Amino acid sequence: MWEIGLAHYLTVAAILFTIGIFGIFLNRKNVIIILMSVELILLAVNINLVAFSWALKDLVGQIFAMFVLTVAAAEAAIGLAILVIYFRNRGSIAVEDVNVMKG
Amino acid sequence: MILPNLEYAASEMFVAVAAMVLLMIGVFRGEGSARLVSALSILVLAAAAAITVWMSPGESRMAFAGMFVSNGYTTFLKVGILLASAVGIVLSVGYNAREAIERFEYPVLIVLAALGMMVMVSAGDLLSLYIGLELQSLSLYVIAAIRRDSVKSSEAGLKYFVLGALASGMLLFGASLVYGFAGTTAFAGLAAQLTGASAPSVGLVVGLVLVMVGLAFKVSAVPFHMWTPDVYEGAPTPVTAFFAAAPKLAAMGLFVSVLAGPFGGLVKQWSQIVIVLAIASMVLGAFAAIAQTNIKRLMAYSSIGHIGYALVGLASGTKDGYSAVLVYMAIYIVMTLGAFAVILAMQRSGRMVEEIGDLTGLSRTNPLMAAMMLIFMFSMAGIPPLAGFYAKLYVFLAAVEAELYFLAVIGLVTSVVGAYYYIRIVKVMYFDEPEDALDPRPGRDLGAIQFVAGMATLLFFLFPSLLVGAADTAVFSLTGG
Repeated sequence: MWEIGLAHYLTVAAILFTIGIFGIFLNRKNVIIILMSVELILLAVNINLVAFSWALKDLVGQIFAMFVLTVAAAEAAIGLAILVIYFRNRGSIAVEDVNVMKG
Repeated sequence: MILPNLEYAASEMFVAVAAMVLLMIGVFRGEGSARLVSALSILVLAAAAAITVWMSPGESRMAFAGMFVSNGYTTFLKVGILLASAVGIVLSVGYNAREAIERFEYPVLIVLAALGMMVMVSAGDLLSLYIGLELQSLSLYVIAAIRRDSVKSSEAGLKYFVLGALASGMLLFGASLVYGFAGTTAFAGLAAQLTGASAPSVGLVVGLVLVMVGLAFKVSAVPFHMWTPDVYEGAPTPVTAFFAAAPKLAAMGLFVSVLAGPFGGLVKQWSQIVIVLAIASMVLGAFAAIAQTNIKRLMAYSSIGHIGYALVGLASGTKDGYSAVLVYMAIYIVMTLGAFAVILAMQRSGRMVEEIGDLTGLSRTNPLMAAMMLIFMFSMAGIPPLAGFYAKLYVFLAAVEAELYFLAVIGLVTSVVGAYYYIRIVKVMYFDEPEDALDPRPGRDLGAIQFVAGMATLLFFLFPSLLVGAADTAVFSLTGG
């Protein structure tokens, strides 16, 4: 049978990371999807960290993952708060409406 | 002792506790406490700068099991960060009162952002780097959107948040790869492994590149600059002034210390990337600013260009180069804060205006302010004998000594192009017919900041060794002799 090793975990993490990046750039519909993509990137990082931690027999990676989870929660809270005030002002959270200033 | 050497983190602990106390004062005193909390925050930041200098160890000292490093380099950056943040609060007080967005959370958030910057420049491990960076970024996202009833401010906050979160994600993914392929996240361990190593593994180099992408976002180097003009334009002006100063200094200092410290052994790999970032930033900063009419957007592109010049010093990969980066950033924040003090004084019958055309005839209506703006603009353009000229001189000298001649030549050409839009502002102030005059009295706090920054920029050439010597000592303690 197949043995699931480090490379498999890293591949999954890399795929999730790529999906997250593309989710931010290709999505034209909804800012919430961007928030979900950001979470996806952070979870990909966590898979990486835990997999490496297991492969290296070193605890630092798991501790790092705990910190990432905590900060991700704070980041999501702030992101949603900013999104709420944006919706109050603009009445829409479609990505193509975020265009008062052209950058 | 469970945690030895705790005293090296004294200023961070002081700021952290003080931020909590300030929050409590704000909560218990209610709505009218904004002014009190602002004044106390300025005192806290000044006191923290004093503690940093007082507790500064001569050589590198570790605390928290190597997570936290304190040395002359971090002291230099922290003093700059704390003073720039304090000036950021001073600039905001009058504006916030006029625009009726006076809230005690604003100075507290700036104090927390300053704390994050202090932690990140003192990081001795990828973990503490990330925590410090996020504390800074999360505070800055909220500050950008502080004006809750304005579409522009909330859009600025949203854009900053999305791109900042993406940058943090990339940095983190890079950090996880570095951890996996090097087996450690401690800077000391990474430095020991990477110096003298024959060929670094591909995974490690990919990790390094992703970490650099994250940091390039934070310093807004091209091609990771997209958020800068929009955030600068949309955020309230004092917030823009703060963004242009302290976080830029902190991120640039972190960029240098990460690349020169743990990744010092990979200098061949990263210097190529830094060269590309530097050239792209200098060129875009010079050309994109020409078409701008909004002065805040112009300052955004100008800051992108300045970051490009600072990166030239980093690209040289030498001690002189790192020291030139510190000198450049220190001079840059003085010029920027001064220029923003002028921009904040641009009011017509009590309302803020922010078009370049609104400055017409300033030399007749307010000659002192026009003279100060003249100093800042000439200095940013790099005209001797103002401070900005020396900043560019040191950076280009370092590049030439590292035999990066083409980089120095491109820098010179773009600074000539950049001079066009700085001098255009001077022309508008001095030679255009005035239409509606701006309000003559900008307020004593803005006037004082303009004057101090203007004099520092003008008279720098008399005492250059003060700053250059401090930067040299700082870099000496970073690279360890």
